[in-house]
Amino acid sequence: MGFGQLPYDVAHLLGGGILLLSFMLLYQRRVAAVVSVLAAQGGLLALAAAWQGFVQGAPQLYLTALIAAVAKAVCIPLALRWTIRRLALARGVDAALGIGPSLMAGVALVALAIMVALPVTTAAQALAREDLAVALSIVLLGMLMMITRRNAILQVVGLMSLENGLVLAAVGVAGMPLVVELSTAALVMVLLVVAGVFVFQMRERLDSLDIALLHPHRGERE
Amino acid sequence: MLTALALGLALLGLLAGVALVPAGRWAGPVVLGGSALLSAGFALLAIGALAIGLPEGVLVLPFGPAWAGMSLALDGLSAWFLLLLGLVGSSASVFALGGPRQGLVAWPLFLGGMGLALLGADGFTLLLGFELMSLASWALVALDHREAASREAARLYLVFAALAGACLVPAFGLLGALDFAAIRAAPPEGWRAVAVLALGLIGAGAKAGLVPLHLWLPLAHPAAPSPASALMSGVMTKLALYVLARLLLDLCGPVQPGWWGVPLLAAGAASALLGALRANLEEDAKVALACSTIENVGLVTMALGLALLFRGADLGPMAALAAGAALLHAMAHGLFKTLLFLVAGAVQHAAGSRRLDRLGGLIHAMPRTTLLALIGLGAAAALPPLSGFASEWLLLQALLGGWRLGEIGLQVAAAAALALAAMAVALAAAAMLRLFGLAFLGRPRSPRGAGAREANRFELAGMAVPAVLTLLIGLFPGLALALAAPGIRVLVGPAAMPPVVGLAVGAGEGHSAYAPLVVLLLLGLVLVLLWLVVRRRSPALAERGPAWNGGFIDPPPEFVFGDPLSQPSAAGMAQPLRRMLGGSLLAGREAVTMPPPGDTRPARLEAGFEDRAALALPVPAARLRDAIADQVERLRGLTLRGSLSLGFATLVGLLALLAWLEAR
Repeated sequence: MGFGQLPYDVAHLLGGGILLLSFMLLYQRRVAAVVSVLAAQGGLLALAAAWQGFVQGAPQLYLTALIAAVAKAVCIPLALRWTIRRLALARGVDAALGIGPSLMAGVALVALAIMVALPVTTAAQALAREDLAVALSIVLLGMLMMITRRNAILQVVGLMSLENGLVLAAVGVAGMPLVVELSTAALVMVLLVVAGVFVFQMRERLDSLDIALLHPHRGERE
Repeated sequence: MLTALALGLALLGLLAGVALVPAGRWAGPVVLGGSALLSAGFALLAIGALAIGLPEGVLVLPFGPAWAGMSLALDGLSAWFLLLLGLVGSSASVFALGGPRQGLVAWPLFLGGMGLALLGADGFTLLLGFELMSLASWALVALDHREAASREAARLYLVFAALAGACLVPAFGLLGALDFAAIRAAPPEGWRAVAVLALGLIGAGAKAGLVPLHLWLPLAHPAAPSPASALMSGVMTKLALYVLARLLLDLCGPVQPGWWGVPLLAAGAASALLGALRANLEEDAKVALACSTIENVGLVTMALGLALLFRGADLGPMAALAAGAALLHAMAHGLFKTLLFLVAGAVQHAAGSRRLDRLGGLIHAMPRTTLLALIGLGAAAALPPLSGFASEWLLLQALLGGWRLGEIGLQVAAAAALALAAMAVALAAAAMLRLFGLAFLGRPRSPRGAGAREANRFELAGMAVPAVLTLLIGLFPGLALALAAPGIRVLVGPAAMPPVVGLAVGAGEGHSAYAPLVVLLLLGLVLVLLWLVVRRRSPALAERGPAWNGGFIDPPPEFVFGDPLSQPSAAGMAQPLRRMLGGSLLAGREAVTMPPPGDTRPARLEAGFEDRAALALPVPAARLRDAIADQVERLRGLTLRGSLSLGFATLVGLLALLAWLEAR
């Protein structure tokens, strides 16, 4: 299976789409738009999982796709929107690193991911290799999002996008048992709940979502 | 035989468990007696292996680290040091039976750890035993933890033990394999070999007490109970030298260049000189003995370095001579230093102090101990026909052969080392003379010292064993070296012959040889002649009179032990050497405080010294530690985003490293 064959091309297209959406996450200036992009990414991920299930003949991946579609494309974005509306949060993105430098860093990270993943996996088949490179790029971009945004909601979004990359990597490898996928998803769900509680706590106590207000609470030093 | 040895080690572990059970007054005899018996068994097995034949193959234990079982083996080198461990372990255990029961758990563990390190045939087992030894001996040093000085010594000891571990683990890691046979098949080369040399020298040197890593030794050895300090000084420092020899001479193999011997030679010469000088200046008997240990460890290291140099220059017989000197001196020093530390323990037990200024005249109260001490001190002072002379003679012969090394630089290094070694040996003799004179001769310096009694029978038995062995090795060094021959072959190559000529020792035909029996005969002849002449020339029967008090007037009656000022003190005897050599080497100082006329305060003379070499490394190291701690402390103050960024940057950095490694 290689370039020019349908399974490869579609998988490549979907992976590339998810990567593209990761970049879109980086340059959105409004929180609502970021959440929309995250929902779109979840949807694409569901499609990618379903396609992999079809290509590999692995019915359990349809379940994965269903979970991704329900949780990532619908529920979590809705929950985030509801949070934003209820808390009447600032709609703008407060970035520690400007949009332009963020995108440039993102491009550098993708290059790094390709340089790492392609030579390491020379023995694997082409689809898995490209898939791994794309997935690693998405993970790195999610991390970049987490550290370049000051807003707690956006950090949660970064974490979600990071997890999307992990799931993409997991579904791209033939024979990956579903257990791992489910546990990864459940883990991040738990993390999301924790983050939600954390957001509410902050809202109630500090009346702001700026994480800078947390600094005095985690040690004796400012 | 390996099974028996492994069983012995397991039994030692069991004894440590027994010590944990509250068995009342039987715990001490059981644990110490068992340790003595097992150590004697080790010695017997080792001597049997050396004399009859070494056990073939490797015993792989069914447990061990995750990747393989631990493996045990016995070759010439480890059997020689196992013999030392057995001899010293049994005599020190017997000695400990006569003293207070303390450190019963750590004692068998200490012995077992050393045994495990010696028997280990892979890096993991050796290091496991080595670290077990360090920890158990740390527990023995920290036994008297109510005293601040003891706590300080124990902490310092732990720091240096950790340094040794931190250097030896990567040194063994850099060898490329864990199994010794595999390492010998493919020894390290290039920068890895040099790193192994540096790390091994620092790691083993910190444990052996080589200058400038000797700071802990004069503090930790006196802090432990006397049998434990005997074991530490007699065997533990030798074990560090065993690791050094195993790592540099055996595992790295003959492919390494000859200059590898130069760092060993330099560190050894510095240790020998500084240790011998400090032994002359210390006022505590055990501290002085510990400093003398530094000197002897230095001498053995010099011999190992010379063996490396000669081996690199393809001088087989000379390399065998140097290796024989190293092994023989390790054995000789292990035995006589054990004897001396046990004597110090007996003296402390009987006279209540180790401070030389509180001892004196013990020859009357403790005649047997004095005789044993005389044997040990004579060997430490390298007097013929005792063991110290034989081994140091071999070392000096090897140094005198340094001109055979082809390069002028190496020749000059060997000549300089020869001068330093000769000076160290002379200084050590002076130190031993001072120890004997102050502790055993003259008049008692304190009431407690005057009430001293002879050591009990366990203590005497524990001291007699190493004393007899010191005499035997001194009289028959050729036989001892013949036993050490398998060890010499491990060090310098399978074709090496021990430097033995009949019963005498020497580099071979055509070289000078040392025959102790002849020397003994001549000495005896001279003594008998002297005695006859004195008998003939003396006018009448001998009479005992009061000792000459050096020209002082008779002491007032309230001074029961005579006027203390009419006897030399420890500092007084040390003064000439401190003034001559202590100024530059030890930062010796001397200040006279003269009160102005009319002031009734007495004039004071303050004198002392400070071991600059000992502080040269730890003080900057402590500063560096504080600076690093300050920097690390700043990490705690990072913001959340900063912490995340740190992790992210680390990940990206590692990925970039991976990409770079892949691209190469």
